[in-house]
Amino acid sequence: MTVAVERATSAGQVGLLVASLLVAGLIALPWAGDAGLMRMVVELIALLVLAQMWNLLAGYAGLVSIGQQAYVGLGGYALVVLADDLGVNPFLAVPLAGLVAAAFALPTAALVFRFHGGYFAVGTWAVAEVYRLLIANSGALGRGTGRTLRAVFPLARETRELATYLLAVVLGVTAIVAVYLYLRSRLGLGLMAVRDSEPASQSLGVDVFRTKLAVYLAAAFGTGTTGGLIYLNLLRISPDAAFSINWTAYTIFIVVIGGLGTLEGPIVGTLVFFLLRELLADHGSWYMILLGALAVVAMMRYPQGLWGLVAERWDVRFFPVQRRVRDVAGVSVSGR
Amino acid sequence: MTLLGVRELSAFYGDFQALFGVSLDVAEGETVAVIGANGAGKSTFLRAVAGALPVPREAVRFDGQPVGGLPSPALVDLGLVLVPEGRKIFPSLSVQENLLVGAYRGRPGPWTPERVYRLFPILGDRRAQAGTNLSGGEQQMLAIGRGLMANPRLLLVDEISLGLAPIVVQHLYQVLEAVKAEGTTLLVVEQDVSRVLAVAQRVYCFRKGAVSLHDAPSRLSREQIATAYFGA
Amino acid sequence: MGWLDTLVQGILLGGLYALFATGLSLIFGVMRLVNLAHGDFSILAAFMAVAAVQALDVGPLLALVLVAPAMALVGYGLQRLVLNRLLGRGVLPAVLVTFGLSIVIQNGLLETFSADSRRLNAGSLETASLPLGGGIAVGWFPLLTFGVAVLLLVALQLLIGRTALGRAFRAASDDGETAALMGIDNGRLYALAMALSLAIVAVAGIFLGVRTTFTFASGPDRLLFAFEAVIIGGLGSLWGTLVGGVILGVAQTTGARVSPGWGVLTGHLVFLAVLLLRPSGLFAKSQRLDS
Repeated sequence: MTVAVERATSAGQVGLLVASLLVAGLIALPWAGDAGLMRMVVELIALLVLAQMWNLLAGYAGLVSIGQQAYVGLGGYALVVLADDLGVNPFLAVPLAGLVAAAFALPTAALVFRFHGGYFAVGTWAVAEVYRLLIANSGALGRGTGRTLRAVFPLARETRELATYLLAVVLGVTAIVAVYLYLRSRLGLGLMAVRDSEPASQSLGVDVFRTKLAVYLAAAFGTGTTGGLIYLNLLRISPDAAFSINWTAYTIFIVVIGGLGTLEGPIVGTLVFFLLRELLADHGSWYMILLGALAVVAMMRYPQGLWGLVAERWDVRFFPVQRRVRDVAGVSVSGR
Repeated sequence: MTLLGVRELSAFYGDFQALFGVSLDVAEGETVAVIGANGAGKSTFLRAVAGALPVPREAVRFDGQPVGGLPSPALVDLGLVLVPEGRKIFPSLSVQENLLVGAYRGRPGPWTPERVYRLFPILGDRRAQAGTNLSGGEQQMLAIGRGLMANPRLLLVDEISLGLAPIVVQHLYQVLEAVKAEGTTLLVVEQDVSRVLAVAQRVYCFRKGAVSLHDAPSRLSREQIATAYFGA
Repeated sequence: MGWLDTLVQGILLGGLYALFATGLSLIFGVMRLVNLAHGDFSILAAFMAVAAVQALDVGPLLALVLVAPAMALVGYGLQRLVLNRLLGRGVLPAVLVTFGLSIVIQNGLLETFSADSRRLNAGSLETASLPLGGGIAVGWFPLLTFGVAVLLLVALQLLIGRTALGRAFRAASDDGETAALMGIDNGRLYALAMALSLAIVAVAGIFLGVRTTFTFASGPDRLLFAFEAVIIGGLGSLWGTLVGGVILGVAQTTGARVSPGWGVLTGHLVFLAVLLLRPSGLFAKSQRLDS
């Protein structure tokens, strides 16, 4: 029996077309002139990237972190320090803020990787709290009241908004493409092996620890850059907001509802999230209760999420990362 | 009287089929042996009978009742008890506590820790020690004693000689004889063929998840057993 | 002299933290589950006490007698109906479901009780103090809290060490599959453990509510402190949890004395230091930090 290993799917090609159209649409949006819509898209992209990062950690690397808000906060504050205190161009400072976050992720990993499972989750949260408290006690960083990003003041508002928007689009596309390429690569295959079975993958030569560490650092970079973007958009940062557990709550909701362990899932989840938010805008806590309840139900009954249900039903993959084994007679068997 | 009746039992681990239509009987008071190479399906068979794997209700009958796939508490209540492979002594419990856990369901009968200590004096000496502080042979005794504490009608014994010195195994089989003498029915799974043939009235040989031979040991030649064990 | 007082306050605070930590430690020991809503349940209990006090015009300690069993029932139901279905599915479902529950509880409390901070009034018991000589006076209530913590730990120790149920807990904790072979109904067992855990954390929540003000959002910090106390003390050791709580309490009171904003942070830093230097905690029986 001769077999061929293939990755492309016809849906994948359709998906590429759709994605290209979407990106083109996003780039053209500013010409519509709606600043409010642009701000909302920036927010949406930010949440999407956060979700993709969390999905990478939990859905692919098996690292269930509830402390990613640490990197949102660190990225945000790094942006302010780089742009205001160190005179770096604020737009350039956004990816640099991601690097700062990744730098903090290294000692963090040294600590939290001593835990596993549920205790790992709480450990990441504890560390996020430490960062929050350290910053809240720091005069230079504005203590509890926080700081304002002044470096963008010289710019005209439209310019700033346009630049922020375009930066967001670039960030969003880069993040998704990067994650997609990584998962399709040999490294990504190793990661998925680790997710499925650590001992087995270890015996096959995958360095489990390094793989997980690399993913953790990469996710911190992505999350930190997004943190920078968020506060470039909001202009005002405070420790309670920047390190709020809500960042994690939202991303968890998005990924779980959308579909854990797939690239399409977080996209679907983000759209659902925003839809619900618009619908329930006036009912603050009921909105959160609904989110929480939906996440619980999804995890219990539909762990594959909305996208997972669609993909299973119609065997569709827009971002084909799995490999299918097809024997030459044409029968194919695919992994996830 | 048939105590255990297994009919066309098939078992799966996910998509992988481990047992293929196994049929087997054990009469009350008998000792039946199941032999076979590694991976032949012996332990899977015991686990399926003991309720650790999903099986159709009718495939296993105990004392006439269909019990396939019933949860362990129900089976223990009926007197169907498994002494698992690898001893599985609880490290957080002392020797005595391990025995007491065996009696968790409270099935009435003659067995008490004292009675187990009469059978295995060394356990009595070590009753306050952590269960896993014992040697392999002692742990096996403890595992058997723990099984007895449930006052079983049928005791399923999975690979007691594994990893143990011959002299220890000899003692264990003497104990099995004593348990037999009490009237307990035994189904013994073993790799050590000669030992178990000496104690069993009938033997089933498993190969690749199916029964390859079934008869009284006295009527079987070494050759026949070897063929059934290893294949042609 | 002020430092001695700080030390004593810290030790007594440790008793409260031990109460929070015990329930968490118990369910982790028995079923390797971390309940991220653990702290929120304690706050839920505190609010239930608030409601009971208002509705029945009783003191908080009497309300405790009503609330603790109610929370035990909640725990039993939660485990049986929701959490038992997640067993054997790895870490992710349990973390996410309990996290979701945490969000639901917090926002439910917000909706029901508003964002106002509350306090349970224990009358004269709150302010009464016992002079210890040398100018130090110890509040009766913190002393009571510590005493209750010790008592509960003793009771739990007896339950786990001397009863059939306790043996079942330990057996299931060692090897769930073999425990099931003995006829132990793991589902029911876990539900009992969760019932116990929530009952204890309800006591903790109510004592907290007397001691200090609380809001709908006070839960997560309790979880963190409970977690830290467990880790400092070491997994698998009940009395280690008390010691862990005391160390955390002393760290917090000492830090707060240096500068009010540094109390909680000092606790976190001590926790991280223990994690770095002795990852298995001070009195660990099991050397693993894994689920």
